Amino acid sequence: MIRDGIIPLPYRRGFFNFKSYMKKCEVESLNLQVMNSPFNQEQTESLNRLLPTLTEAQRIWLSGYLAAPQTIASPVAAGLAVQNTLSSQNEVQTATREVTLLFGSETGNGQTLAEELSKKLAERDFKVTLSSLDDFKTKDLKKVQDLLIVTATHGEGDPPDNALSFYEFINSRRAPKLKDVRFSVLSLGDQSYEFFCQTGKDFDKRLEELGGERLYPRVDCDVDFDESAAEWIEGVLGTLGEGQQAKSAGETLLAQQQAGAGLLTEEQPAYTRSNPFRAEVLDNLNLNGQGSNKETRHLELSLDGSNLAFEPGDSLGIYPENDPILVDKLINEMNWNPEETVPVNKQGDILSLREALHTHFEITRLTKPLLEQAAKLFNNNGLKELLAPGQEEELKAYLEGRDVLDLIQNFPPEELPPGDFIKTLRKIPARLYSISSSSKANPDEVHITVGTVRYNAHGRDRTGVCSGQFAERTQPGEVVPVYIQRNPNFKFPADRDTPVIMIGPGTGVAPFRSFLEEREEDGVKGKTWLFFGDQHFATDFLYQVEWQKWLKESILTKMDVAFSRDTDEKVYVQHRMLEKSRDLYQWLKEGANVYICGDEKYMANDVHETFIAILEKEGGMSHEEAEEYLNDMRRQKRYQRDVY
Amino acid sequence: MTEHKFPANDGPPSDLERIKEDSNYLRGSIAEGLEDPITASISDDDTKLLKFHGSYQQDDRDLRNERRKKKLEPAYQYMIRVRAPGGVATPEQWLAIDDIAQKYGNDTLKVTTRQAFQMHGILKWNLKKTFQEINESLMDTLAACGDVNRNVMCNPNPYQSDVHSEVYEWSKKLSGYLSPRTNAYHEIWLDGEKVVDSRETEEEVEPMYGTFYLPRKFKIGIAVPPSNDVDIFSHDLGFIAILEDGELKGFNVAVGGGMGMTHGDTATYPQVSRVIGFIPTDKIIEVAETVITIQRDYGNRSNRKNARFKYTIDARGLDWFKNELNERLGWQLEETRAFTFEHNGDRLGWVEGDGKWHLTLFIQNGRVKDFENYPLMTGLREIAKVHTGDFRLTPNQNVIIANVTSEDKDNIARLVEKYRLTEGKHYSALRRNSMACVAFPTCGLAMAESERYLPSLLDKLDVILDEAGLHEEEIVIRMSGCPNGCSRPALAEIAFIGKAPGKYNMYLGGGFAGERLNRLYRENIGEEEILESLRPILLQYAKERQEGEHFGDYVIRAGYVEEVRSGLDFHAVTKS
Repeated sequence: MIRDGIIPLPYRRGFFNFKSYMKKCEVESLNLQVMNSPFNQEQTESLNRLLPTLTEAQRIWLSGYLAAPQTIASPVAAGLAVQNTLSSQNEVQTATREVTLLFGSETGNGQTLAEELSKKLAERDFKVTLSSLDDFKTKDLKKVQDLLIVTATHGEGDPPDNALSFYEFINSRRAPKLKDVRFSVLSLGDQSYEFFCQTGKDFDKRLEELGGERLYPRVDCDVDFDESAAEWIEGVLGTLGEGQQAKSAGETLLAQQQAGAGLLTEEQPAYTRSNPFRAEVLDNLNLNGQGSNKETRHLELSLDGSNLAFEPGDSLGIYPENDPILVDKLINEMNWNPEETVPVNKQGDILSLREALHTHFEITRLTKPLLEQAAKLFNNNGLKELLAPGQEEELKAYLEGRDVLDLIQNFPPEELPPGDFIKTLRKIPARLYSISSSSKANPDEVHITVGTVRYNAHGRDRTGVCSGQFAERTQPGEVVPVYIQRNPNFKFPADRDTPVIMIGPGTGVAPFRSFLEEREEDGVKGKTWLFFGDQHFATDFLYQVEWQKWLKESILTKMDVAFSRDTDEKVYVQHRMLEKSRDLYQWLKEGANVYICGDEKYMANDVHETFIAILEKEGGMSHEEAEEYLNDMRRQKRYQRDVY
Repeated sequence: MTEHKFPANDGPPSDLERIKEDSNYLRGSIAEGLEDPITASISDDDTKLLKFHGSYQQDDRDLRNERRKKKLEPAYQYMIRVRAPGGVATPEQWLAIDDIAQKYGNDTLKVTTRQAFQMHGILKWNLKKTFQEINESLMDTLAACGDVNRNVMCNPNPYQSDVHSEVYEWSKKLSGYLSPRTNAYHEIWLDGEKVVDSRETEEEVEPMYGTFYLPRKFKIGIAVPPSNDVDIFSHDLGFIAILEDGELKGFNVAVGGGMGMTHGDTATYPQVSRVIGFIPTDKIIEVAETVITIQRDYGNRSNRKNARFKYTIDARGLDWFKNELNERLGWQLEETRAFTFEHNGDRLGWVEGDGKWHLTLFIQNGRVKDFENYPLMTGLREIAKVHTGDFRLTPNQNVIIANVTSEDKDNIARLVEKYRLTEGKHYSALRRNSMACVAFPTCGLAMAESERYLPSLLDKLDVILDEAGLHEEEIVIRMSGCPNGCSRPALAEIAFIGKAPGKYNMYLGGGFAGERLNRLYRENIGEEEILESLRPILLQYAKERQEGEHFGDYVIRAGYVEEVRSGLDFHAVTKS
């Protein structure tokens, strides 16, 4: 298993350093105690009896064996990961720091040099991970020990294409501190360019800024790079070699203690719906390409320090803020003083009127109770009439698509102290969004996928409160109050071999990104089939490159797409399902679970009808039998929905 | 048929050789790739094979970075190159291409420097329909790209004399004879019957090319002196028509030219072809085939950057090549006959010949589209609807409305005026002699802008020309977005080759008649430095030039650059 390039879990996650641990065992004559290990008395005794009798090879085999159920195939693409050390019998190497060797290459020179160095490191029994900068998972950067970067520079000082994402990451606020990281950079370039070797210089500077220690000075190579590159390679090998010799048991111990300390959770308040965590926005982008009719925001929020945990299928609750322009219009309309303070809750907390309307009260939706209370305050006959018995239909129609500004414009109050008025308002309710990331794939982060709601009603352009906030106002660096909303009714099967059918058009695809990210991390390759749809292939294929990657890696087995506005006749996911009815029926017979996420009113019903049609057609069932079949599936939790 | 062999000393075959061999005569998995709904692209290997079918997978590079951030794949699209031997198209064909460009492309046409049509922005889902409609118009795209013989170029005004017409016929014959024979094109695009017969031997499927086709692209052109509009010395194989007493006697044969190079790799260089002898007219196909098979057998199949025919010859010497050719032919080429080239540009405007009228329109950088206040694409469409002659695409990216009868001339002239089409007479002679390749946003190789930038650079150069009094001085200026040199920059009197966005290498001293390579004068400079360095030279040229002295000759005499006599000393360091 290890030889196949699979990295045992403790190595990858960094919460348990097996090598250090083995080294420590040697130092302490392999004497485990309850105090220094996660085992109980009986277990430590058994282990202490067994461990000293093991040969190095046996220990290595055992480590891999124990790690096996939790391991996944190396995520580094195209088999570039080089795992060499464990084939050797050398005792010293078990204390060696890991070398991560990353390249950014435009023409292949950078890659060739990196491969050459990788080979030399492997020959010297270093444990090396080699990949392009962009294939390297940035979340693993925290765990890197010795980081070597070989990079070309492209165009006017720009990073090569396969280094762009990494470059952006490391220069973003998200880049981790690299306190215990040693690094060195080899840059390739062309002196005739103004920004000679700029990318290498940038990396070198930034790694230092992040707290890394430069293990060998950067070398900038011109077109004729052989000599200077060789000099750098020799220099790096030399420095790394010294470390390999000098590494003391004491250092290893210290490192392990530090690693152990990270496991302890500090006392902190639990964040909940009533006590939301103020999450920093890391990224906020529109997933739709130029020319799209749609706007779908992808938000990445930091949960760092929150202790909030979630699983795929769960939702994120967010407390939005009202549009300040709407708030100001409201205040102006009433000639209120925005700075006047008003109580916002029973505990007697006060805020300025403007702040209260901006962050605390719902002003974008009208309800019957609100109008009834307003009627008492407004002294407006028109409003009273609207609430009179027999006007129910008119009232319902009035409430639709109007907000508090409409109310005061349509039924102007005679005199209305703001303190009285806000008592008629309710607190802004949280919005729930299906989480679109896996915390295993993106530790300390949560991603959501939000369709921007925009419409014109009653003579005014309006936006959804939360989606409008994300589309028009929220900038990275700002914070939003969030909490986790568990959803135990939208969970993938415990048996990972159970086939999974996912139907998620539009933003309904969000939770499936989370599930598949998690499967990728866990190395699960059960049968999965995703149906996705939107308006246009070219602009609305949400997370397109990620599905492509998962298809290639067999994390996703099949994918069918329907783009409704690319053809004369509108095509939706249910049409694709019907086209594949035989295969779908086969999957259901094999025990597949079905997950549906997205629009409830149209999509979920149509999809339900489509399953019935498929069961009738392929299974020869009557309509009732088909309904019953789906009901059975629902009872067995094989037919789950997250619809809105 | 000679034995098919790989030279031993070039190293292991490049990956493309494997792709060609495994492709079952250019089929690969293109047909399957077209059906994949998850991506608008096809597999990497298939993109290589697709070139042989006349199409490049590209993406809109203006959008590339934005789409990457949006987690969308690049905006993949396809360029299709339509072959037109000698650049001739009927009005019906013009209308068909125009229609296809509007339906499936980006509403523009590009007249290429090799007398072909290019359409850009075609989506994968429309690729097959596009090929079919091109086929219905009796044109094709096979071998417009790829490691085969490409569109055969020819002086595009054949109706000026019988000789021109005869030469054009030969270019058509050559083009047809040297086309790949594989049925893959029909199978994939035209729903032709699948012919996969394992009993068929290589000899039967591709008698000349074999399973590996050529090591690299191969370009042929035919020139009719005194016009060198086809830039005869830029071709792998050139035929120079020899006329005596108004009759075509045969051709001088020129071998081993080519434009492409790689920045920073001095083992690559542009080269002018060398004339090795004369052949009678009816030997042209035999000679072309034999030359191609020599390149097939000896060309470098390990390193594609050194695989063009020019390197095959330069590595072994011209004598080696002449011997090999004579030996394979079984007869000797005759002594080279005298010829003179006077220019490589187009004669714009109306010309009368053989009782018919021909109008050469100026098409800046070959881009046919409806510009603001200049509905060029519409104008040409309206002409095509009434025109009884034909259209000619020139090697300088212009279009000739050819074979207009005296009766129709006024009508055509009216349409020209109505749609503001132009002979370019109000432009500076520099602009009339300018060419740019496509480059950004569609060309995957582009390092800098070309077609989208050259016109505005010319605006600024025009100011200097006016100051120097050189508005009517014909100077050949060319720009390429990368060193592959689609606009044949290495032969221009002033040339720019892109290095990075906004940065170019500037070359000076090419021959006005396309007979001499230019030399690097300034490296990696932006617009400001371009103007600063050209201004004094142009002003000085205006003052010091001798009678009839062209700019390219002057800069050598004045010592700005040293003359380049062969591509082999193109990179030699100059004192400047």
